[in-house]
Amino acid sequence: MRTIVQTLPGSASTDKSETGRTFAGVGVSPGRIIGSILLMPQAVREPAVGDRLAEGTSPEEASTALRAAAKAVQTNLTTRSVGASGAGREVLEATALMANDPMLIKAAVKLITTGTSAERAIWDAAASVAEMLHNLGGYMAERATDVLDVRGRIVAELRGVPAPGIPYSDTPFILVGEDLAPADTATLDPAKVLALVTSSGGPQSHTAIIARALGLPAVVAAVGVDALAAGILVFVDGAAGTIMVDPGADEVALANGWATTTAALAVFDGTGRLKDGHLVPLLSNVGGAKDAVKAAAAGAQGVGLLRTEFCFLERDTEPSLAEQVEAYRGVFDAFPGKKVVVRTLDAGADKPLPFLTDASEPNPALGVRGYRTDLSSPGVLERQLAAIALAAEGTEAEVWVMAPMISTAEEAEHFAGLCQAAGLQTPGVMVEVPSAALTAASILGHVDFVSLGTNDLTQYAMAADRQLGPLASLNTPWQPAVLQLIRLTVAGSRDEGHDKPVGVCGEAAADPALAVVLVGLGVSTLSMTARALSAVAAVLASVTLIETQGLAALALTAHSATDARRIVREKLPILTELGL
Amino acid sequence: MSERTAVIASRVGLHARPAGIFVAAVGELPLEVTIAMAGEPADDAMDASSILSIMSLGASNGDTVVLRAEGEGADEALESLVKILETDLDAE
Repeated sequence: MRTIVQTLPGSASTDKSETGRTFAGVGVSPGRIIGSILLMPQAVREPAVGDRLAEGTSPEEASTALRAAAKAVQTNLTTRSVGASGAGREVLEATALMANDPMLIKAAVKLITTGTSAERAIWDAAASVAEMLHNLGGYMAERATDVLDVRGRIVAELRGVPAPGIPYSDTPFILVGEDLAPADTATLDPAKVLALVTSSGGPQSHTAIIARALGLPAVVAAVGVDALAAGILVFVDGAAGTIMVDPGADEVALANGWATTTAALAVFDGTGRLKDGHLVPLLSNVGGAKDAVKAAAAGAQGVGLLRTEFCFLERDTEPSLAEQVEAYRGVFDAFPGKKVVVRTLDAGADKPLPFLTDASEPNPALGVRGYRTDLSSPGVLERQLAAIALAAEGTEAEVWVMAPMISTAEEAEHFAGLCQAAGLQTPGVMVEVPSAALTAASILGHVDFVSLGTNDLTQYAMAADRQLGPLASLNTPWQPAVLQLIRLTVAGSRDEGHDKPVGVCGEAAADPALAVVLVGLGVSTLSMTARALSAVAAVLASVTLIETQGLAALALTAHSATDARRIVREKLPILTELGL
Repeated sequence: MSERTAVIASRVGLHARPAGIFVAAVGELPLEVTIAMAGEPADDAMDASSILSIMSLGASNGDTVVLRAEGEGADEALESLVKILETDLDAE
């Protein structure tokens, strides 16, 4: 449950002319909340190469200033670690030690005595330490990032500007920034952050994905919002995509209403069905055993997407058979008697794995990624399939396997052959490349099911990079062209003749209004972040199959993505009632 | 000069967390302590109060390291540090 901050409007230092000012962006995670904002500081600018000591500053003075800054950063991190718990606490404690590390400071002071400025000295000293850790590989290589984080903090301290990264506060706040990087989202404390608002980014950006996973209201691509002053009070509507400065009584009522709704929406009874009883199994997307246990507790009817690459994202080397078996087994054990769809390693583009992907590709989204890494690193896929088969032995889960980034029926046939050789009974493929949607009938001649990955299908159909804020309006699965590709995939399954399942495991399934359209298009199962299960279930239960088909027809023929969304939402009054 | 050897018990080696616990313990001692991989010359030993030095040592589980210190109470101090290194800190 999110805390509603009910401070009276005007209590913060807001310019009166700003009161009631609204910003419009793209709502990517529902929720209505009022809170004061904190701004994500700008990344720390690199000091000029060869930056020298300022005239009149002696090396001794610069060294003293550096030691004081390092000590201040250490004290700050130590203080924060006291308030943290578990793994977060240990990371902060270790990072605090790095900030004032004798070896690091000694190396920087040595540079200062040769006339280098304190900022440049710590910059270069930390860079060599980071490189050394990086070269050690494995776990140490990951710690290189911590050293660079500490460096940014020391330079910010020397300059007297706010420390980089998510701001720290004792009280919960709404985080406002240009966009969040994956590293920022990893350090985001959901107990402190009430909502996320960014001026850039799109519906598939990291900000959007993390917000949905944490159940935080979020608005992206709200131009100009990062110019607001820290501390002012705003109202955020994550469904409508709006932000209002110094909200009034109406917004306070809406925010309180949302708090009541989330409590009511918190339950999913474990059976997805329409008003007429038509069953639509609702499954969950998970990244490992921990997620799977949470998803099972939230009532998920199985796993529609196990992102195996998430088990091994920080690895330099291919995980061993035993490690893989352990990771997969943990997920299978959480779903006895239920379906678990394992997706083979989907490395590349925004999820590089050093042992599979080539970081120097000029166009990674169109490069050797997903199933295609079998071409450049043969053997990894076969060993993974063997590990999945071994992990499935003796579990009660019904294990299905699918390959990402399949473009042709030939590839699907090859993958099915590998699965059969490994003893895996139910092979399938992802449909995320438009060519796969267009040839679904031939593809399903070789495999038992397909699963639509709407995030990539949208980016490829619209030729618009998922991460680019300016293309946010193209990059939505509400685009009628994307809906047409989904319709064609379902039609391909009917043409093939065995009524093989067509599921959706992209972000689209987590949008309750779009979930209705997907069911109307003939999609048989939906898989989403566990947080979205109850909202999607509630909305599906309000419509009949015939109604979903009518709404799907309206969306398919809409003039634009915005129109499609508006038309469908207007016909689903329950969305407004629930504030979704 | 006192000298003790220790076998790293942490499963992932001397990474951030075990290194942090060790460095904090060294920091509480009134002595200068060095650490080196077994078999390496004492001249190449690293400052044991530096978490970055410890991590750059790259000591893995099962590796033997040598701790050295000089002065009053050095023997007892090194004994206590050996105990820390020979405990699997990841298991806690």
